[in-house]
Amino acid sequence: MNNKPYSNTKATLALAKASFRSIMRSPSAVVFTLAFPLIFILVFGFLGGGGVKVDLAIAPGSDLQNPIIKALEQNSVVRLIKDKDTAELKPLLEKGNIDAVINVQKNAAGTPAYLANIQYTSASIDKGNILRSVLNNMLYIINTKDVKPSIAQLNESTVHGRIYRTIDFILPGQLGFSLLSTGVFGTAFVFFSLRQNLVIKRFFATPVSRSSIIFGEGIARIGFALLGAVFIITIGHFFFHFTLIHGVVTVLNMLVLALMGLIVFMGFGFIVSGMAKSESTIPPISNIITLPQFLLSGTFFSIDAFPTWLQPISRALPLTYLNDAMRKVAFEGAGLWDVKHQILIMVIWGIGIYAVAVRVFKWE
Amino acid sequence: MDDKKVMISVKNLVKKYDDFIAVQGISFDVYENEIFGLLGPNGAGKTTTLEIIETLREKTSGEIFVDGLSVEKEANKIKQIIGVQLQAAGYYPNLNLVELMELFSGLYGVDIKPMEMLEKVNLQDKAKAKYKALSGGQKQRFSIATTLINSPKIIFLDEPTTGLDPQARRNLWDLITEIRNQGTTVVLTTHYMDEAEQLCDRVAFVERGEIIALDTPDNLIDQLVSSGFERKKEVKKANLEDVFINLTGKEWREDN
Repeated sequence: MNNKPYSNTKATLALAKASFRSIMRSPSAVVFTLAFPLIFILVFGFLGGGGVKVDLAIAPGSDLQNPIIKALEQNSVVRLIKDKDTAELKPLLEKGNIDAVINVQKNAAGTPAYLANIQYTSASIDKGNILRSVLNNMLYIINTKDVKPSIAQLNESTVHGRIYRTIDFILPGQLGFSLLSTGVFGTAFVFFSLRQNLVIKRFFATPVSRSSIIFGEGIARIGFALLGAVFIITIGHFFFHFTLIHGVVTVLNMLVLALMGLIVFMGFGFIVSGMAKSESTIPPISNIITLPQFLLSGTFFSIDAFPTWLQPISRALPLTYLNDAMRKVAFEGAGLWDVKHQILIMVIWGIGIYAVAVRVFKWE
Repeated sequence: MDDKKVMISVKNLVKKYDDFIAVQGISFDVYENEIFGLLGPNGAGKTTTLEIIETLREKTSGEIFVDGLSVEKEANKIKQIIGVQLQAAGYYPNLNLVELMELFSGLYGVDIKPMEMLEKVNLQDKAKAKYKALSGGQKQRFSIATTLINSPKIIFLDEPTTGLDPQARRNLWDLITEIRNQGTTVVLTTHYMDEAEQLCDRVAFVERGEIIALDTPDNLIDQLVSSGFERKKEVKKANLEDVFINLTGKEWREDN
């Protein structure tokens, strides 16, 4: 029976298989890796894509059959609200639910033919300004319909590029966060509980090597997270038109990035499992690592939108670079070489993390 | 005894921790195909001694050979010929018994049929159950099944019957005897003297990290009797446990 030489590969694969089965049956792993990111993607997928809309109410008693209202009806930025009486309009205007009210009247004096009164609200200054320029532009066109410009004529055209949807920003961020939580929480919990419940001790009574245990666990977790990534990308692509410029090649590039990110994040997990004194200390320690990255790494908002003093912190976090690289690869069609800067920073993080992990990780 | 093959040889084993000495100079031999018991109070050093022989702990000094292999130089070869049941070992979460058996067959690098292994310990009906869902006796039987996967020459059982009811305990004795009869050497620890008396060919009493007596249970009892010891109460032909077993039946039970 023992004549065959002992196979470390066989042991590693047996462990990977066991671990993968275990992960698939663990509710928390499935929730963190798949459900959370999908919920965010669903929410933002349905929300996004509309662009800016200005709500403009038509005042009761306003003339409706005139070129101004007609032009407004055709404007894609303006959403016209009719059938509201004065009593209804006032609170809506005060709260900013309606951005402005327009009242068009025939001019009894003759010229100009119509007078348009606009009432803005201080509750919605941004949209008021947008409306102001929309109206200026519109009235200019209406007023100069039959007049040759005396100084300059404006010719406008729009380049038809790719449509950048909310999903194109949100999905890579959610994917990154999914990898972060699987990497940190999953790894930390598994190694802590295997150690605490003496599962690892029982393993040590078999000929299995320590590296087989680490690799077996790693393969399972990486396999699970990458499957999750493929699932998220597939849903995003087919249901919400997530942009994948080069199709399958883009997906493969994203998976390579996901793998790198995951390895770095698992390093955090090893550290947490070594530092934790009890099972209940794992979530707080893990949250200290994941939450700042969740908020500051451009998962929901571009980090350019952060105050300048915060940006250097954002630019120090590994998830920032993973998100950045993912977006470049998915939407801009960049190859891996084009995001070498981001990859380099992740590699530096990886080296640093594992240098610490080797010191604090505990087997028993 | 001289013609018997020595399977485990322990010479002057010492284990020091930072602030105390757990084992101070233990020596003993375990012969092939015997059931050897390590007896003694908690904290006497039984488990530490076992775990050093099992290559799970480093020793401070002394010499140990398992089937002629040195614990410090050939730990991995030793692991391939021994089976180990730990006192409080857990098993991989979320897996059923068959899947756990597959995992261990991979870890030992041997091909086994999980169901056959479970049949050996009468757990075939629990094949799809999780380890956590088993009763105390079933857990111990499963643990023993995992020690048999690599067809070991020696198995180590650390308090295999602690916390079990009388039926489960007797079932386990039958199982351990059966394993020995198939040619395996068994080393176990226990707190139950009736168990040691029934099961063990030889026992060693360990106290404060030292062996204070080592012989067959018969000889040890005879020595005590010849020194003039007498039980205070006349021994009856049966004890209360016999009554228990007689009343509640000896068969394998679903829950043990």
